[in-house]
Amino acid sequence: MALKLNQKLLDEIRQHGAREYPNECCGVLLGKAQGDHKEVSEVVPLKNLRQDPKLAQEILPLEDIVTETERNRFLIDPREQLRVEKGARARGLEVLGYYHSHPDHPAQPSIYDREHAWPWYSYVIISVDGGGPKGLTCWVLSEDRTQFHPEKVEGANL
Amino acid sequence: MPVKVVIPTPLRQYMGKKDSVEIQAGTVGEALASLTAQYADLRKHLFNEEGKLRSFVNIYLNDEDIRYLQKSETPLSENDVISIVPSIAGGSVLRCICS
Repeated sequence: MALKLNQKLLDEIRQHGAREYPNECCGVLLGKAQGDHKEVSEVVPLKNLRQDPKLAQEILPLEDIVTETERNRFLIDPREQLRVEKGARARGLEVLGYYHSHPDHPAQPSIYDREHAWPWYSYVIISVDGGGPKGLTCWVLSEDRTQFHPEKVEGANL
Repeated sequence: MPVKVVIPTPLRQYMGKKDSVEIQAGTVGEALASLTAQYADLRKHLFNEEGKLRSFVNIYLNDEDIRYLQKSETPLSENDVISIVPSIAGGSVLRCICS
């Protein structure tokens, strides 16, 4: 199980995380998969819909919008996902997974990450500490949804 | 009405790797019921124990979210496309409001 991600694409993810700090950034990983091996060829930054709390609450409500904000939660607009996925399919690519940042927090998946994850997708997390991108990790949800398995990232200096 | 249902990658493993199927149905609700009757493993990922669509599953009819149409009662026309779009969400930890 491995995700191939070259240095240029890794740097795009890091730069997006730095630009959006102190808010969480998010985006999609496009490319091709062969069995458990995925090769990312494009990274598409998307808006964190939690910046629009009224719309976001209609899509996927949060329990407490005082403590849960765009600083520690992300949500991708499903219309954007649909648009990106259609465009990718037309170019022979597929959605391999998603990335998001953890501002001032380690690049480790939270319980909230796990509760909202889907199987098969690669979930890349980048830690952005004080505005500076730090570590990057990658995870795949187990079939029974009880844990994330770390996924090896190849092709770049993490 | 024959309609196409587009399946997101994480759920294709429950459908013999197909990325879409053709279903005969009159409403979106009927189409999803028919889909999960044919592919029973899909059911737990799309519906909760009470039979309601899970909160992190979005259903689009062509380019419209069905929550802004008639939800599961939304009628279908020939050659409509239903897309199952997983909500992609996450986050780090809850913040203390006093910090």
